[in-house]
Amino acid sequence: MEKQRITGAEALMRSLENEGVTTLFGYPGGAIMPVFDALYDHKDTLNHVLVRHEQGAAHAAQGYARVSGKVGVCLVTSGPGATNTITGIADAMMDSTPIVVICGQVGANMLGSDAFQECDLVGVTQPISKWAYQIRRPEDIAWAVSRAFYIARSGRPGPVVLDFAKNAQVGMVDYEPENVDFVRSYVPVPKTDPESVVEAARMINEAKRPLVLVGQGVELGEAQEELLQFLELADMPAGCTLLGLSALPSDHRLNMGMLGMHGSLASNRKTQECDLLIAVGMRFDDRITGNLSTYAKQARKIHFEIDPSEVNKNVPVDLAVLGNCKDTLAAVTALMKKQQHTEWIDSFEVHHEEERRIVIEPEIHPQDGPIKMGEVVRKVTEMTGNEAILVTDVGQNQMLSARYFKFTKKRSIVTSGGMGTMGFGIPAAIGATFGAPDRLVCLFMGDGGIQMTIQEFGTIMEQGAPVKMILLNNNYLGNVRQWQEMFFHRRYSFTPMLNPDYNMIASAYNIPNETVVAREELEAAIDRMIHTEGPYLLQVAVIEEGEVMPMCSPGNDVDDMLLQIKKD
Amino acid sequence: MEQDKKFYTLLVFSENFAGVLNQVTAVFTRRQVNIESLNVSASSIKGVHKYTITCWSTEEQISTITKQIEKKIDVLQANYFTDDEIFIQEVGLYKLTTEIAINNPMISKEIRKHGGQIVEMNPTYTIVTKRGMTEDIMSLYHALNDYGCVLQYVRSGRIAVTKSCIEYLDRYLAERKEAYDNMKKQQAKESSACDL
Repeated sequence: MEKQRITGAEALMRSLENEGVTTLFGYPGGAIMPVFDALYDHKDTLNHVLVRHEQGAAHAAQGYARVSGKVGVCLVTSGPGATNTITGIADAMMDSTPIVVICGQVGANMLGSDAFQECDLVGVTQPISKWAYQIRRPEDIAWAVSRAFYIARSGRPGPVVLDFAKNAQVGMVDYEPENVDFVRSYVPVPKTDPESVVEAARMINEAKRPLVLVGQGVELGEAQEELLQFLELADMPAGCTLLGLSALPSDHRLNMGMLGMHGSLASNRKTQECDLLIAVGMRFDDRITGNLSTYAKQARKIHFEIDPSEVNKNVPVDLAVLGNCKDTLAAVTALMKKQQHTEWIDSFEVHHEEERRIVIEPEIHPQDGPIKMGEVVRKVTEMTGNEAILVTDVGQNQMLSARYFKFTKKRSIVTSGGMGTMGFGIPAAIGATFGAPDRLVCLFMGDGGIQMTIQEFGTIMEQGAPVKMILLNNNYLGNVRQWQEMFFHRRYSFTPMLNPDYNMIASAYNIPNETVVAREELEAAIDRMIHTEGPYLLQVAVIEEGEVMPMCSPGNDVDDMLLQIKKD
Repeated sequence: MEQDKKFYTLLVFSENFAGVLNQVTAVFTRRQVNIESLNVSASSIKGVHKYTITCWSTEEQISTITKQIEKKIDVLQANYFTDDEIFIQEVGLYKLTTEIAINNPMISKEIRKHGGQIVEMNPTYTIVTKRGMTEDIMSLYHALNDYGCVLQYVRSGRIAVTKSCIEYLDRYLAERKEAYDNMKKQQAKESSACDL
């Protein structure tokens, strides 16, 4: 191909197009202006979504990436523009989300001089990104951009930061596209030891009470089908992590519910009874394991994992099967016997029954009193045929929607798991509508989180982003309030909130909206929300002192779950 | 826990990119492990830098730290060793007052006894070097210090090479090259199949 002499900013545009980018979330500013100027001529191919705050751009890129499997792109200016994306970068790192954040930077000759809007972004983001690189010469653009996308999407995905010095944006370069598909020092998918495959199959064939822990790795590896075959052949019950919830259909008979702190009674209790624990693409987060010193001590353990540094990090395992679980699950399944664990699977039912009676029924089918959060979630999931994408903010709204939303399709949950970022919801949901334009996107949030990124209503308005927003308003920072109730003698230190009129705010942004207070109005309101084209804000006044139950208190044994708070 | 701790030497190889050192040390900081000594220099392979890092740690912890370092994109390889698996060397430099050093014959005797070498002498100061293990270098310092003649003293970080007969970095680089060649061959095959 013939080389063309173009500006660095134009080279960035072509490099993005070369990577198949179609959507960017961003916000212009001084040090990125040459790039935005070049973008003006690429509006037909690169759809730039103008957010209202750079944090929103990063979360929107995450939401886009999570539902589409493609790399989310975020384009912001230097200094404050760049530092505003940091929460999103750290969030993407924790939750293995492929995004590329491109930030402007002052010219290379001014670096280190405390120039206007200069910030050592590479220094700041190195510990929270998969790779961070400063482009100081236009000659490096094609290579750096291609390398960034390769690193972000391959292996265990993650965020990559490109700090783009202004002189490199305006300088001229003989552009030639590059396609990095190899980095000598980086092994995205470790080699699978064939013996580990044989040994895993042997351990599974011998197991009497196997339990599978399904993580987001299954979604990231596109291994949903392989997982089903693996589970069904050996008739193995499974629990899902928060991020792995839609890797396995919610109503599959082997799906025993969510794992961890607010997970299902059965999956947590059975963790302490199984004889073989099989973790697939998950990292034994403390919210999953509770007390590590008692966690599944009776069980042998197998860890299917793409990232060698996760093996034995929190929980020592007997066997690691390294590699992409799409390949390793299939390889192990091929050596497995058909089995039936009827008695073991049946033994989960008594716990399900207990949870249904004490926790679930009162939460989703209350007879009287204020509306409960769980009942709203269940109504929404049922009325959308369990086919919608669930986006959540963080807190009680997140845990209850994770518990009561049902999934039939893959890549259907977008939530901030590892970081627990309040304010994630609105921008991530916007991103999700661009990543999966043919799907319904339902966002649950609380009255705390909505206000952290409420300015993105502006983005929703401008783009007409069809986000169905359900605000579960309890006038509290509910999750912290619950902990204060349980662990701090009900001393509600700065958790009650005086709220504004959210309907007026939504109306100001031209977003159709309504508020529901009475139970009998709920269904009709949800129906209106679903059938209104474009965005919608449905505010539901829910019980003020609602709780997420069951709960394994932090540091407790995983089977030591509280079903109710004792009220005095 | 404390008694399970052993002295480990990490050998890390990275590409020569800006900021890798920060990333390597940050892993120690996060896991709250103190770095006892650190040496960074070019390795025998062009463009590859070698880090020799020592610390007290448990086996589980150093194993996790090593994997987390190796995970950094521009790190080629990281391995940890105990002292019996490597050849180790350090250097001590001692700057002495020449006047005292000349007037007390015991000082030059101590230097010879410890295997130190005088590399520079002028009317004001005398420079002595000694290479060896930490204890030997320290021991010469204490001996000289007793005579009140030490103006400056410094001990280098440890450098080490492995005792193993296998060169793991070479093997890694060869494997990576082979992986690259195979990938390119595969791609060529696929694209020629498309052309048909």
